[in-house]
This record gives sequence, structure tokens and C-alpha cells, in this order.
Amino acid sequence: MRYAGLALKLALLAFVVGLIALVPRFASEFRLSQFTFVAVYFIALAGLNVLTGVSGQISLGHFAFVGVGAYTAALLMLGRSGLESYGLDPPGWLPLGDGMRGVFTIPLAGLVAGAFGYAFGLPAQRLAGVSLALATFAFAVSLPLVAKRFDDVTGGGGGLALPLPETPFGWDVSTRHWLYYEAWVTAGVIAVIAWLFLRGRAGRALAALRDGEIAAVSAGVNPTTYKTFAFGVSAAFAGVAGAIFAIEVAYVNPDTFPLSQSILMLASLVLGGMGSLYGVLLGALIMQFLPVYAQTPPLLHGSFSKESPAVVFGVILIVIMFVAPDGLVGLLRRVLRPMMVRLRRHPAATDETTFGTSRRAET
Amino acid sequence: MLAFQSAEFVQQIVSGLATGSIFASLALALVLIYRSTNVVNFAQGEMAMFTTYVAWALMDRGLSYWPAFVLTLLIAFAGGATLERTIIRPFERKPPLAIVIVTIGLLITFNGAAGWIWGAEVKPFDSPFPNTTWEIGDVAISSQDVGVFCVCIMTVLALWAFFNLTSLGLAMRATAINPTASRLVGVRVGWMLALGWGLAAVLGAVAGMMAAPTVFLDPNMMLVVLIYAFAAAVLGGIDSPVGAVVGGLTLGVVLNLIGRYVEFIGPELRLPTALLILLAVLLIRPQGLFGHAVVRRV
Repeated sequence: MRYAGLALKLALLAFVVGLIALVPRFASEFRLSQFTFVAVYFIALAGLNVLTGVSGQISLGHFAFVGVGAYTAALLMLGRSGLESYGLDPPGWLPLGDGMRGVFTIPLAGLVAGAFGYAFGLPAQRLAGVSLALATFAFAVSLPLVAKRFDDVTGGGGGLALPLPETPFGWDVSTRHWLYYEAWVTAGVIAVIAWLFLRGRAGRALAALRDGEIAAVSAGVNPTTYKTFAFGVSAAFAGVAGAIFAIEVAYVNPDTFPLSQSILMLASLVLGGMGSLYGVLLGALIMQFLPVYAQTPPLLHGSFSKESPAVVFGVILIVIMFVAPDGLVGLLRRVLRPMMVRLRRHPAATDETTFGTSRRAET
Repeated sequence: MLAFQSAEFVQQIVSGLATGSIFASLALALVLIYRSTNVVNFAQGEMAMFTTYVAWALMDRGLSYWPAFVLTLLIAFAGGATLERTIIRPFERKPPLAIVIVTIGLLITFNGAAGWIWGAEVKPFDSPFPNTTWEIGDVAISSQDVGVFCVCIMTVLALWAFFNLTSLGLAMRATAINPTASRLVGVRVGWMLALGWGLAAVLGAVAGMMAAPTVFLDPNMMLVVLIYAFAAAVLGGIDSPVGAVVGGLTLGVVLNLIGRYVEFIGPELRLPTALLILLAVLLIRPQGLFGHAVVRRV
């Protein structure tokens, strides 16, 4: 019965993966694009989870790194010739290439955003806890302004229209389906990377730093190295999400990446549950669907103005912090654990006791 | 020509001081809460915005400016204190992330509520000061700037007097420094914290009402001001009230001058510049200009 827990975990994983794989069979094209965004948010939130959930650093500006990734992908997809055809004048030292297929920009966007995150994390490490939140907050507000200012590269407030996505390699699926699979396969890869990262040396070091910095430092963990590393990794994930975002929307604009999205991101992660990838998945669903449903709450009839979702969202956030500070996953776990224990005890109880007694008898 | 330029320079400094005093008020509100409860209140700007809307609503009902001003301050005080007692207090001993999330929840709620109740369109907000300029030599100073500066600085001075000259202020300072010892000598620590939130809300309301005539009234009006206030507070040292005021005024003047005279930055990049200043200060002096270095005991 030692493997019951593992089997249950695998079954849950298979269930979730199966569900994701089956969505395209039943969903309309519109729903499918919504679920593609869930994948985008999943990747971005997995990044934020590395930073906030595991390493305990608060970032209020993570959607800005999504923006960095999206712009990287956009510039690479258009290439120098594409940008010049818009009448833009990118400086000569930028290695833009001459137009790249969307898929290949994804890892590059991750690298660029990761480098941004690393560079930002380096000085930000001197800011403990809350000051870091402030600095990232300011970063999120600054980025759209900077993008607008350097309009000879970014196209300014008008944004950049990208080549419309199409199914590559002559495959026989619709473009929406292709984008869905592309996004979720990337999300799967990111999930595996995140899982390995958190299970490995770095993840343990970060968790140790979060839970007791002094003890961790005494045990030989260098806080600056690991925390900056975490910042870089989490920004890189956000950049990957940004590239898929840009490919899916086929358009980037500085105002697509406002501060409010960054705040929504942190809020969704907390609502979903930090520290676990299922929490991240729930968070991604929340980030995509709660703002939509908060606009027309199912229980309260009548139409609300545009601003009511914000109120509903804010109140939900505070209430969740009251009743379930570990998010929905924590809440589920608290509800399910007693059931699991009972489940395990009933059929397993005899098994385990016989095992125990037999061993005792042997000795 | 040179005389004209120096006159403009002085004008830029004066208007910088006026915006700086608004930053200073909000920064002081942040510092006030940070010192007493170790919470950085991300909702401070939105609370200020909300109270400014309350002032607008009062004036819309026919109240004239100064009665509405005073009434708003009272409402802000009560609101801030209530918020601390009901929503913040349960999280007092929770990890900082929980409180950050709660203040962000408040930020979202206030921002949404203001748009919901009063509509998202931009509203004009009356200024109590006459729209005249005074000529002193070549320098033209707008009475608006002088008025804003005076109101903000007077509020700060009143607060200084409260903290340093009254026994209640002393109790609040004691609570900020050592809550346990204060409780032992009979200070009601919980109420002192609520009082701190109330006073911070008052400062925010002043900042909001002073900013509203120039930036106009809309639900996002204080978001940028809040970031400048954060920068000012960190610049001055997040635990230093003097630092917040000096930091706010300095930031206001420096940004105004940079926005005017440095072609590359211009008005558009003032905010990123503030961020860079913030990061640079923190690299050289992590505790800010007037703050105290945190010494960790191992």
C-alpha cells in the first residue's frame, strides 16, 4: 500500500492531462482560444510560482516579463525587414534577423526575458521582501512607458501587427487547434522543467531560504546566487508565456501588458494555491475565467458595469486570504486529506497491521 | 535670455515642490503604517483616490470646498481606522505575503468600487485656490502650486506636532518602537495601530484632494502618484518620516527638472527615471537616506 499515494498522484496527473488533450474535441474555436490562454497563464504563473511560491519573493510586476517575451517574439517574427516595412527604424546593433517562424521564437523569448529578470533581480536582491514588491511594481508601470518611448523599435502606442499564425508543416489541423497544442505542449515542457527545478538542489535551497534564511545560510546556501537565479528562471518562464501570447494574438501593444495584469497574476496564483503545480493550473483557470464571470455573476442577476468584476475579484481575494490562506489547492487538500486517510486506513489497515505483526513476530 | 532661463528654472523648482509635497504626504502615509505595523499598504493610493471621490460627492451635494475638505478628512480617518480593525488586524501575525495580498485585494476593490459607484469617466475637481500667478521679479509663481505646497506641509507639521507634543502621539511612537513594552505600561496597542491607519488615510485624503485639480478625478489617478510616493519613501528610508518628506520634495523637484531639461527623458520617461533613482539609491544605501540599517542578529 506504500504506492497508493503515488498511484493516486499518477491517476490525477493522467486525468488532468487527458482532460487537456480532450478539450479540442468538444470545445468551439472560441473556447479553444480561451483554453490556449489558460496555457499561456499556466506557464507565466509557473514562473511566478518559482519566485513567490517557492522562494518567497513577492513580484507585483511579472506580467511585464510576459511583455518582454512577447515583444522579443514579435520583433524576431517580423525581423528587420518586417519592421522597416512598417516605417520603423530599429538601431543597427539589434540582432533581429529577417523574420522567424513563431515556434522558434519561444525559447529565445524565454532567454531574453530571463536575462532581463536576472539583471533586474541582481540589484533587487538588496531589497528585502516588501521593497522587492515595490521595485517590481514600479517595473510593471515603467515598461509600457519605455516601450512607447522607444517607438522606432516597438512601434510605440500603435503596437505591432504580426503575421497571422498558420499551421506549419502542412499538418491537417485548424490554426486554432495548432495553437492550442503548441501552447499546451510548451506548458507541459515548462511543467516538467519546473517540477525538476523545484525537486532539485535549487528548489530545496530556495525553500530553505524562504523558511529560515539564517539557518539556510549557516548550512552553506548562498542567498544572493539562488534568489537571483530564481528571479531569472521565473522571468524566463514568463517570457516563454509572452512569446505564445504574441503568436496567439498576432499583435503586441504596450497597453496589453498593464500593471493590472501583473496584479491579477499574483492574485490568481494566491487564489489557486502557491507552491504546487495544480495550484498554478487552478490559478491559470482563475486568471482566464474569473474576470469574465465576475462581470456577470451567476447568482446576482442584472447587468453590472465594467468595473464590478474588479470589486468582486478584490473581495474574493480578501475573503480567500481569510478562509484559505493556502489557496484553493490548500482548501481542497484540507478537505480531502481526512477522506484520504480514512480511505487508506480502511482497506489498508488490515494489510499494514498484518505486515507489522508479522515483522514483529519474525524478530 | 539667461535671466529668462533662470526664472524658468525657479518656476520649475516651485512647481516641483508642489508635486513633491503631494508625493511627500502619501509617502508619509506609507511610512506611518510601515513603522507601526510593518505593512506596506499598496492600497494607500486607492484609499486616497476613494476619499477624493467622497469629497467630490460631498461637493456635488452642494457643500462648499472647505467644509467638504474637513468632512472628508473625518470620513477618511474613520474609514482607515475601521479598515485596520476589521481587515488588517486578523493578519497581524501572518507572513508578510498574506498582508501584501490583502492590501492588493483592497487596492482592486477600491479601484473597482470607485468606478462602479461614480463611473469611470474623468471628472474635473475644483481647486480651492484662485487661478492666479504672482510675479516676483521675473519669476511667475502660480498660486495653485503655493496653495498645494502649504496645505501639504501644514498637514505634515500638524502631524509632527501631534506625534511630538501630545501624549497620544508619544504612545503611538512607543507602539511603533516596542509594542510589547508599550502594552506593559498600559498603551492600548491595537487602538494605536488603528489610529495610525486612520491618520495615514487622512494624509492620503489630503494628497488626493490636492492632486485632483491637476490630474483630474478618475479611478486610476493615484496609481502613478503611489509609485512616486513609494520611491520617495524608499529614497528617504522607509522607516523615517523626515526621510519621506525630504524624499518626496526632492523627487518632485528632480523629476520636474529632468523632465524639462533632459531631452532624452522628457515627460514620458519620468516614471522609469524615478525607478532608476530608486534602484540606484538602494544599491548604494539600502536603508535610504535617513533610514536605519536593519541589523540582523544570528
